[in-house]
Amino acid sequence: MSLAVKAVGIRKSFGSHEVLKGLDLEVAYGEVLCILGPSGSGKSTFLRCINHLETPNSGYVWIDGAIMGYALHRGALQELPIRQLRAQQSQLGMVFQHFNLFAHRTVLGNVIEGPMVVRGLSRAKAEARAMELLEQVGMAGKASSYPSQLSGGQKQRVAIARSLAMEPRVMLFDEPTSALDPELVGEVLEVMRNLARGGTTMIVVTHEIGFAREVADRVVVMIDGEIRETGAPGQVLSNPGDPRVRSFLSRVLA
Amino acid sequence: MTQSPPKPTSALSLPDLPGPDTPIRRLRHPGRWLSGIAVILLLAMIGRAFAVGQIQWPVVGEFLTAGVIITGFGWTLLISACALVLGVVLGFVFGIMRHSENPILRFAAWLYVWIFRGTPVLLQLLIWFNIALVFPRLYIPGLVDERMVDVVTPFVAAVLGLGVNEGSYLTEVVRGGIGSVDRGQKEAAHTLGMTPGQTMRRIILPQTLRLILPVLGNSAIGMLKFSSLAATIAMGEMLNAAQRIYFINGAVIELLFVCAVWYLAGTTVLSIGQYYLERYFGRDTAATTRDRRWFKGWARRPAVEGEV
Repeated sequence: MSLAVKAVGIRKSFGSHEVLKGLDLEVAYGEVLCILGPSGSGKSTFLRCINHLETPNSGYVWIDGAIMGYALHRGALQELPIRQLRAQQSQLGMVFQHFNLFAHRTVLGNVIEGPMVVRGLSRAKAEARAMELLEQVGMAGKASSYPSQLSGGQKQRVAIARSLAMEPRVMLFDEPTSALDPELVGEVLEVMRNLARGGTTMIVVTHEIGFAREVADRVVVMIDGEIRETGAPGQVLSNPGDPRVRSFLSRVLA
Repeated sequence: MTQSPPKPTSALSLPDLPGPDTPIRRLRHPGRWLSGIAVILLLAMIGRAFAVGQIQWPVVGEFLTAGVIITGFGWTLLISACALVLGVVLGFVFGIMRHSENPILRFAAWLYVWIFRGTPVLLQLLIWFNIALVFPRLYIPGLVDERMVDVVTPFVAAVLGLGVNEGSYLTEVVRGGIGSVDRGQKEAAHTLGMTPGQTMRRIILPQTLRLILPVLGNSAIGMLKFSSLAATIAMGEMLNAAQRIYFINGAVIELLFVCAVWYLAGTTVLSIGQYYLERYFGRDTAATTRDRRWFKGWARRPAVEGEV
């Protein structure tokens, strides 16, 4: 198996508060990795460091042949111009907790924005591809609606289609169901399940233990900015070695 | 469900209850009638006072469509339009600079607002008009080399004075507008690989524009009226034209009324235009009313709005 993402010694502080204490992580192509952990453990920050929405204070992320945001030059990491960083970022799809759909664009407009503006696709090509993706997430019927007219679950499915339209190497999900009404969680998880089955490489920060158990190839548990447990979901979720992981899981599984 | 009766003595016993189709009589509002009639009377009295007052209404009618007045109104419209365009351009340029990563650009934008919002617009008009006292020649190598008085005509001074002043207000409006577009919109654009320029042009500014449209409408209306200040720097706009006429024929109030009619006509048209523009840009949210509320309270609003 070939590596898609390798994070090396990621540290991140906000002020004097150290959120990430030197994290290492490897994700292989086709793998589905779920990151679990209590609120405030730094899982979202870690995900945002992976695609440089937050710049790590030290450490770096390697993505299939290149280091995010830097060029290796005479033993130092030279910061890349912003345009090149954005090109790298577009190889990682990101799905946000609060959807972040472009409020002034229709559903279709949201999905074609990246391919047209960043990849330079023609409108016709971008729209054809976008309609396929919207079909895939069950939102083709709402192509001309505006985000404000959609339910949370529908917004999140459109957001997934928007990310997929850039044909990213890896899809990142930042608590994609945490902002949803309970009855809308299922439709989003279903779309993600289908993606996983189709072989998409995914890193999912989630509170959905059931989803992790069923879909993840590997589970990572973060506590206080450190990875405390990593392994197959069956092993980690039912028989964790670390006592703090055990107490966290007993709380969420109860 | 039972409702407690107002008085125990008037208790309604079950057999006395009326049928489901019992007619309902609405509460009368005599107070509304009274206050309405009082206001109508007051308006009628004011109207009568002006009708019998020392105004020669035929003169108002006569000058309403006089050539000089119409030409003056044309200048008024032209000055307002040019100054508004200049103000909007400056407002966006400096408003974006206020959000720059570069502290010197931020400072420059702050300085602009500090100076031009902090001094009276009439004073600024006079300074622009007399700028030749400071810089006798305008010399840009290879482009311009002329006497300043020939470049800064009353028209140019009016447009510069009003536009630069308006720009300082709109800078703050644009800054607030950009700040209140959800941060997630920017992040989403970045993860799609859009450059800062693309993000600003395609994602942030269109949403800012919708938020600040009510303010821009007010600017346009205000500008039409403020352009009358240009009368003081010998610009032959409508008020100036009216003044030149009444200095000769003495019909002061009649000509001022003529101006009032034209200004009202202009602002009315702009208000209607503003309504349709807002409706067009508000098509992605049915709640245009929410934006109005945003406008009224924008100064107190936290910088980051919740998810959209």
